[in-house]
Amino acid sequence: MKRLFPILGVVTAALLVYALYMALIGAPTEQTMGNVQRIFYYHVPSAWTAFVLFFVNFGASLVYLVKRKAAADMVALVSAEVGVVFCTVVLVTGPIWARPVWGIWWTWDMRLTSTLVLWLIYVSYLFLRRFSSSGETPTLAAALAVLGALCVPFVYFSIWFFRTQHPQPVMGGGGSIDPRMLHVLLINWLAFSCFAFLVCWSRYRLEKLQREVDQAHALESLMAPRGSVR
Amino acid sequence: MSAPAGITRVTLLKDLRLEWRSKDASNSMLFFSLLVVVVFSFSFDPSADESRQIAGGLIWVAFLFAAVVALNQTWAREIRNQVLDAYRVSPAPANSLFLAKAVGNFIFVSVLEALMTPLFIAFYRLRSIGPAWQLLVVAVLGTWALVVNGTFFAAMSLRTRSREIMLPLLLFPISLPAILAMVQATTAILNGEGARFWMTLLVTYDLVFTTVCLLLFETVLHAE
Amino acid sequence: MIETPPAHVVTVTNLIKQFGRFAALRGVSAEFLGGKLYAILGDNGAGKTTLLRTLAGLNRPSSGRISILGSGKFHDICGQVGYMAHPSLLYDEMSGMENLGYFARLYGITSDARCAEVIRAVGLDPELARPVGQYSQGMRQRMSLARALLNDPKILLLDEPFSNVDLNSAGEMVRLLARERDAGKTIFLVTHQASLLEGAADEFVWMEFGRIIGRTRELKRPAIAEESAT
Repeated sequence: MKRLFPILGVVTAALLVYALYMALIGAPTEQTMGNVQRIFYYHVPSAWTAFVLFFVNFGASLVYLVKRKAAADMVALVSAEVGVVFCTVVLVTGPIWARPVWGIWWTWDMRLTSTLVLWLIYVSYLFLRRFSSSGETPTLAAALAVLGALCVPFVYFSIWFFRTQHPQPVMGGGGSIDPRMLHVLLINWLAFSCFAFLVCWSRYRLEKLQREVDQAHALESLMAPRGSVR
Repeated sequence: MSAPAGITRVTLLKDLRLEWRSKDASNSMLFFSLLVVVVFSFSFDPSADESRQIAGGLIWVAFLFAAVVALNQTWAREIRNQVLDAYRVSPAPANSLFLAKAVGNFIFVSVLEALMTPLFIAFYRLRSIGPAWQLLVVAVLGTWALVVNGTFFAAMSLRTRSREIMLPLLLFPISLPAILAMVQATTAILNGEGARFWMTLLVTYDLVFTTVCLLLFETVLHAE
Repeated sequence: MIETPPAHVVTVTNLIKQFGRFAALRGVSAEFLGGKLYAILGDNGAGKTTLLRTLAGLNRPSSGRISILGSGKFHDICGQVGYMAHPSLLYDEMSGMENLGYFARLYGITSDARCAEVIRAVGLDPELARPVGQYSQGMRQRMSLARALLNDPKILLLDEPFSNVDLNSAGEMVRLLARERDAGKTIFLVTHQASLLEGAADEFVWMEFGRIIGRTRELKRPAIAEESAT
């Protein structure tokens, strides 16, 4: 299993380079927006990746609530952390794109707005994990994750309807998309997904090690003869 | 009356009695609500026409502030003297406690809203074009959405450091779709437009989150 | 007539409880017979409170097994357990009868007569309308004990019931507990004031650093610090 990691690392690096090339050079230039539109290949796949990661978080949290396995809790933690990072990418690339194209820093575009709410929900999840004491963190966090995940459809529906009543500038993806652009989009998504998986895996290993260290300390305290180590 | 419902009723009555006895806390809450309305009125001074457009948002934000302060208080009483342990050790079901707290919070927040609303109407010279009873329905649905999640997260926050800030931290993001719905529905009704979609969204939100909170509360209560 | 051997009402097997890196219980194994008063003694941090709270179902053990009245799940037998701690577990703004009236309902007891009965049993007046918050510490602890006795539990778990209590009240409580023990209850009492229980306790259980280091019939700390089973 450990040998797979560097192999995957190399594959991911290759994919990322290829995807970058395709996004910046390979993909056709967009008609109205010009080269600025290329940020689309970062903006959209990041959103999709974040969404998948949050779905993983939901699944892992459910598994934890039912089975109470530490591995499920770690997967939940890891997917939330990396998901928040990808969400941040979406929220940063959004304004970078919007400003030159529409002259505004922010638009209540459906994807951007829902990503913002998702970001808020999962950052609050991370805060809960940090602020609760170690014994109950997994349970409380899992409960919050379930509520957060159930909120997601409501987020999308409410913003969708709001937008139909108050039309906003739409940032790409509206209407049909040139198949060559779609191809580049999917390549980027694949590259991002591999990268996300790699980071999650690293983080998981790190977390597992940290917990093992804590366990070892606790065991030491457990085994110590009366009157010594505390 | 079945046992769990009886326990809910008894717990609710006990909470109402305690609330009545500790009038200091209630009075300060009422005064705080009044202050919130005045601060908003000083900050946003619209003409009578404009006010119908923004009143929905203003009122609900004001309600939200008042609700957060109220929600923080109601669990505080179970932490003093560790009374919650006595409940946990007993055979009483966790859900009864949750429902009692949620309903108690709902009543209390509704009282605050009932105080704040006439003031808003007066300060903003509000007149609703749509039927007022629909506004009441939105008020009930919206308040319940805030209170059911608020009660749940307040219970969660009991176990955390910085307990008082954790409640709004957890409550606000998840409540955003509901808040959007409440505000849009209120604004629509005030302006004589249809609010069917938003009301449906609120009802669905309330049903889903009440169910899930009830399912998860026992886990949260006994988490340690 | 064949005499059946007395049953063990509480059995703990290799109980371990960790709070992060700190192990509060480091492998506690013991069996306790019914109808006895056990005084649990030890320095601060010995694990006495953790043991009691774990028995009361308020802490989940990190590992190990507990069996109370033949059941491994606290939820099944919680109606037969009474718990009392150093905080009063009562609402300061309500009177004694009002408090007990509420807690009685949690156990399915609807008669006020029962509440009055236990209040009298601890030497207090059921008619007293003064809110519990205005009681003296001795009265408060006695009322808390009354609450623990409401459901006529088979097992009583008391954590430092005499803390800051005047000698008179403490003596009353000890006498009451001895009577309850004679009536068949099993009582576990954590205290720093061991002298109060001389003559009343059937056994002194000595704890240190998360383990039971000895059990004696007399109030004499075991000289050799080694674990002993029953």
